[in-house]
Amino acid sequence: MISPFTLTTAALFVILLALIMVPLLSRSQRLLIVSVFSLTAVASLLTLTAGIWTVWDGITESYIILLGLPDLPFHMRLDPLSGFFLTVIGALGFMVSVYSIGYVKGFIGHRPVTSLAVFYSLFLAGMFMVILADDAFFFLISWEVMAAASYFLVMFEDEKTENRRAAFLYLVVAHIGAIAILLSFGLMAGSATGFEGFNGYTFDAMRHATFPPHWAAVAFFLAFFGFAAKAGVIPLHVWLPEAHPVAPSNVSALMSGIMLKTAIYGIVRVTFDLIRDFPWWWGAVVLIFGLASALLGILYALQQQDLKKLLAYSSVENIGIILIGIGLSMTFAAFHNPVLSALALTAGLYHTLNHAMFKGLLFMGAGAVLHATHERNMEETGGLIHRMPWTSALFLIGCLSISALPPFNGFVSEWLTFQAFLLSTALPSTLLNLLIPLGAALLALAAALAAMCFVKAFGVTFLGQWRGHHRPHIHEVDWSMRTGMGMAALACLCLGIFPTVMINWMDAVSVMLVRGKLAESAGAFGWLWLTPISHERASYSGPIVLLGIVGVVSLVFLLLHARRRTIHRGPLWDCGFEKITPRMQYTATAFSMPIRRVLGFLFHVRERQEAKRHLVHKAFIERLRYSLRVRDHLWDWLYQPVADISFWVARRVGRLQQGRIQVYLIYSFATIILLLVLLR
Amino acid sequence: MSEILSYLLEGLQILLLLSAAPVFTGWVRTVRCWAQGRTTAGIFQPYRDLMKLFHKDIVLAENASWIFRFTPYLVFGAAVLAGAIIPILSVDLPLSTTADVIALVALFAMSRFFTALAGMDIGTAFGGMGSSREMTIASLAEPAMLMAVFTVSLASKSTSLSQMVQVIGHGQLILRPSLAFALLAFVLITLAETGRVPVDNPVTHLELTMIHEGMVLEYSGRHLALIEWAGMMKLFLFAVLGIASFFPWGIAEAGNLIALPLALLLLIAKLALAGAGLVLIETGLAKMRLFRVPEFLGSAFLFATLGMLSYFMLE
Repeated sequence: MISPFTLTTAALFVILLALIMVPLLSRSQRLLIVSVFSLTAVASLLTLTAGIWTVWDGITESYIILLGLPDLPFHMRLDPLSGFFLTVIGALGFMVSVYSIGYVKGFIGHRPVTSLAVFYSLFLAGMFMVILADDAFFFLISWEVMAAASYFLVMFEDEKTENRRAAFLYLVVAHIGAIAILLSFGLMAGSATGFEGFNGYTFDAMRHATFPPHWAAVAFFLAFFGFAAKAGVIPLHVWLPEAHPVAPSNVSALMSGIMLKTAIYGIVRVTFDLIRDFPWWWGAVVLIFGLASALLGILYALQQQDLKKLLAYSSVENIGIILIGIGLSMTFAAFHNPVLSALALTAGLYHTLNHAMFKGLLFMGAGAVLHATHERNMEETGGLIHRMPWTSALFLIGCLSISALPPFNGFVSEWLTFQAFLLSTALPSTLLNLLIPLGAALLALAAALAAMCFVKAFGVTFLGQWRGHHRPHIHEVDWSMRTGMGMAALACLCLGIFPTVMINWMDAVSVMLVRGKLAESAGAFGWLWLTPISHERASYSGPIVLLGIVGVVSLVFLLLHARRRTIHRGPLWDCGFEKITPRMQYTATAFSMPIRRVLGFLFHVRERQEAKRHLVHKAFIERLRYSLRVRDHLWDWLYQPVADISFWVARRVGRLQQGRIQVYLIYSFATIILLLVLLR
Repeated sequence: MSEILSYLLEGLQILLLLSAAPVFTGWVRTVRCWAQGRTTAGIFQPYRDLMKLFHKDIVLAENASWIFRFTPYLVFGAAVLAGAIIPILSVDLPLSTTADVIALVALFAMSRFFTALAGMDIGTAFGGMGSSREMTIASLAEPAMLMAVFTVSLASKSTSLSQMVQVIGHGQLILRPSLAFALLAFVLITLAETGRVPVDNPVTHLELTMIHEGMVLEYSGRHLALIEWAGMMKLFLFAVLGIASFFPWGIAEAGNLIALPLALLLLIAKLALAGAGLVLIETGLAKMRLFRVPEFLGSAFLFATLGMLSYFMLE
């Protein structure tokens, strides 16, 4: 009796088995790594199969399991939406688990990896359970398992101050978000069955409830706030660029690739499945937050010198692009336009899957660079393409995909988003007709800046010459890391070439959520052509673009090489200067300087130059020191005041602590008297 | 029968693109010589330049990787593919459904992405400087470009190029304010995207003013020939794209072979005018400082937005 549900249950048991094996194997770290990460790979593969199966057959089934609180059993449910997200998590979980076998071995001899293996498994299990949960308790418990496990993973290298700081910040923001989600579920449960009983806590009860409009708005915005904190939507993003870079790279790949997606899942689940009926302006608010995240996220990413921090900020951008699709879909749905709503939702969800693949790939690539060079700062790297040919080629595929270049996958989802933007003229409101295309221009700006950002990331890290002061022995990474990255790169290419197959598969999700079918019109001309609404409107064919380019390139190459002209290698042209050194190359800081100058008002830029002048004449400069600090304004405007107030309150409250037992007894006595008076 | 015919037309169009692009560049150079009172080398000089470069050997920097050697082929391939998509003579193109106008912009973005990487590959300051500047200008030009294109596609209710050409071509020959603004924006963006004065200067090799030339400074031999040829095709394609989106009148309909010679004649006349217009702009303006370019592109964006607003308000 194999069904998707048994497969997911089996996956959870496999992870449980991995957790049991950890204490048995902790003596032999090498064996521990191989067995635990193989088991998580198996579990992810099972989940992936279950997810694909669920969406393909359009299964909707709920189960009550024998765990949970007394009289409040846990509910689980598989439907196309959860199936889709299980597919995303299973796919990247599998690739990263394979990659981890090689990557985690790099820690052997430096520190024990037992805690990494434990929390990695728990983290994956938590994400599976979040997607499967069908009641508020189980959802929040799984959510906390996921958050706590990832907290310990960020803390893995806990001797560094920045890791402890990042983990603390992450924990604070995650919990503020969790409180908002808890309140939102409370409101919805209360509206479903009244605030006296506990029966409303299942999602099924919420689904059949009718919400008073203003309470629905409060519940939605609480949930949106809570999930946005987890997804890193601007202005709640500050923890993300701190926490993702300091975690081990396989964990950063999971955090950026799929943990952020559980928050997207939450937003979609609460909006389209639980609340169902919403006014158009909710969609507009989501759209505005999406646009702000997309644009500011990529601008901040462009100013980073730390490769992993750059990738983390770029996740903020991509979450923004996903939210743009969801916001448009909500707007269309509110105006009862199911087909366009399905188009926008498909664009958003397709980008969710794409981002998981290419961001997973890029973080794994950054991990490979870190593994080989022990360097995260791009200014100290360069020329790695000669030493690490595989990693650099795979990383390049990730860069092409994330920069939305055809025929890779990022282009398809951004193209669908643009089509959704252009079809907004169907909305019966002139104001929206005027304003929504401006959003498309902002998205175009973000996409073009992303291309610039990844030219910089790839160009500075992998091209040119080694910039560092000392030259370590750099080697290509082992087979398991290359396999993990290779699978993600292959997925990026396939998702870009066969979008019609994917959209056909994903149709069950949009039918379930917005009752709009896209597959018939999108695949009307066979698998080769993607025609979202009609072929007169727009069409795109990934396979032909790929074949066309490959064909012309190989034809020209053969034509020109038939004559066998030799290539001479010569030194760099140095304008007769003769003392050209690798330190004279363009750096990451220099590369992003024009944007810093043009759009500098969006950042807090502090630039300093100190020149030590020669004694003979001040026109001769002996040494020049240049320092640059770029921060976002939001930290100063939003977070610093809150932190200051918290510390101020803490200091005032701290005066209560006298350290004498008599004073504490007086406090207890006073409290009891007060309670007796008030609560009689 | 008509299938085969349309594939023949497609092949004819690619041949036309490959052969006419150097002539168009030669024409622009000739008119500029006339405007500046110099003698000309004739409109076929670019052919001779390309020929010379194809016969030369390549000197490759010691540090160059496969990216540097692959880029010229890719840039050339992307330009040819783009030429197969834009309707030049006839709207009856089997490949024009391969990509719509957004995908076309992305194709150009891809060749720019690789050119910028090639600029950084050898590790000189000039290459990096060129890449950084090119990507900055491109990222500011792209939203304006898409806004201009969106305005046209709003008027024709499609982003597919053949469909846009047909709808605009069947419309009356009247001044539509939305299209006029979009055209103005498109001209400004063409100057930026193809690296012409006042944004970049294609003939300069002065160290501090190079943008596109900075990236390709280390190329030689057939690599350089391919890059130069692709650059000429890009200029030609932008001219043709402008003609197709704003002045498509005279382009041959599907299955109409008799209209082809007339379409060719009209195309030559339109291109000659477009080239002369480009020279007027180039000789009339001086190259701007790099940090004035954002204002220039900002005004292009403003025009495109005005075009969109006037579409909703007036049409």
